[in-house]
Amino acid sequence: MLNKLYDWVDERLDITPIWRDIADHEVPEHVNPAHHFSAFVYCFGGLTFFITVIQILSGMFLTMYYVPDIENAWQSVYYLQNEVAFGEIVRGMHHWGASLVVVMIFLHTLRVFFTGSYKKPRELNWVVGVMLFGVILGLSFTGYLLPWDMKALFATKVGIEIAASVPVIGESIKILLAGDSTILGAQTLTRFFAIHVFFLPAALLGLLAAHFIMIRRQGISGPL
Amino acid sequence: MSNNRVSRRQFLGYTLTGVGGFMAAGMLMPMVRFAVDPILQQHEGGDFVLTDQAVADITEEPVRVDFAFEQVDAWYTSEVTNSAWVYKEGDKLIALSPVCKHLGCTVNWAGDTENPTQFFCPCHAGRYEKNGQNIAGTPPLGPLDEYEVRDQDGFVAIGAVRDNTLV
Repeated sequence: MLNKLYDWVDERLDITPIWRDIADHEVPEHVNPAHHFSAFVYCFGGLTFFITVIQILSGMFLTMYYVPDIENAWQSVYYLQNEVAFGEIVRGMHHWGASLVVVMIFLHTLRVFFTGSYKKPRELNWVVGVMLFGVILGLSFTGYLLPWDMKALFATKVGIEIAASVPVIGESIKILLAGDSTILGAQTLTRFFAIHVFFLPAALLGLLAAHFIMIRRQGISGPL
Repeated sequence: MSNNRVSRRQFLGYTLTGVGGFMAAGMLMPMVRFAVDPILQQHEGGDFVLTDQAVADITEEPVRVDFAFEQVDAWYTSEVTNSAWVYKEGDKLIALSPVCKHLGCTVNWAGDTENPTQFFCPCHAGRYEKNGQNIAGTPPLGPLDEYEVRDQDGFVAIGAVRDNTLV
């Protein structure tokens, strides 16, 4: 049944080469943990992506209950965590995944660094990787404010002061982030929500696409 | 007549790029202006807020004076309580902002038992002299901000915050 359906679509759209091109490729022996267990270090990039997918999915579901409004944000987080079935699990996935994705990126970066994989011809992929790291840190920073509890508020106050310490344009960055020159309040929360849920994920997906296209085009780096 | 004749292909390329540029600008300009609006907003200095701290009770030792005012945060108006460290220098009233110039924590007078005549920030052990001067070797890079302050019928009234004028 499923095969027939596939054949029906394939006959009309010729989709086999497309998914072959995406999914069907050899994994060289030196990166396959089944051959050399130490090759597990090559898994960290994939694990980063896996957790990123979990973050996107759990985040999508969290927005079904969350409201970015200073009166109700904390209440909505409290409600979705304590009143909604599996709320603790879904928020927990997003909460713990947020830290884990940073850890995985860091390990992935270390692997790329110590195997020298950033060298010619893969310099551009390293650059895109650093940008991805920046986007993930931005997501971590903006997501931290959203529960609107005291820890989030004061962490953001400090974070915004750090941003404000940039020479010359620091004050503008601060106001652009906070939405007001002195108050960290209603406009800050809506801005951080917009950045966390729309702007940075869009940048993340674009950069990820570039990251993956480059690695497919260039192939994985050779054995040490 | 110039030698560089513009071909039909070039002409169409230029005009399409130009029109496309206008269309892109027409989309982006409102959105960018929308996003940067807070940077371009003008802020007028706040009014003086009367506190219930009697001026006569202020000594040369800084005391914390709370003052409440109505804060308008875009569509959200609320009563906010801030505080200031107020003391007298001779007959002159001085009010300093408690916001640490390192990363925005709240400083206390004599918060560090080893430095009883200084302001102390518990976050990263930043310290300031009584006049707000940051102590070299501690994290803050500038002096504490100063509030405009005046004696209003015997009570302390606190105004807008400004850069420290004492150091």
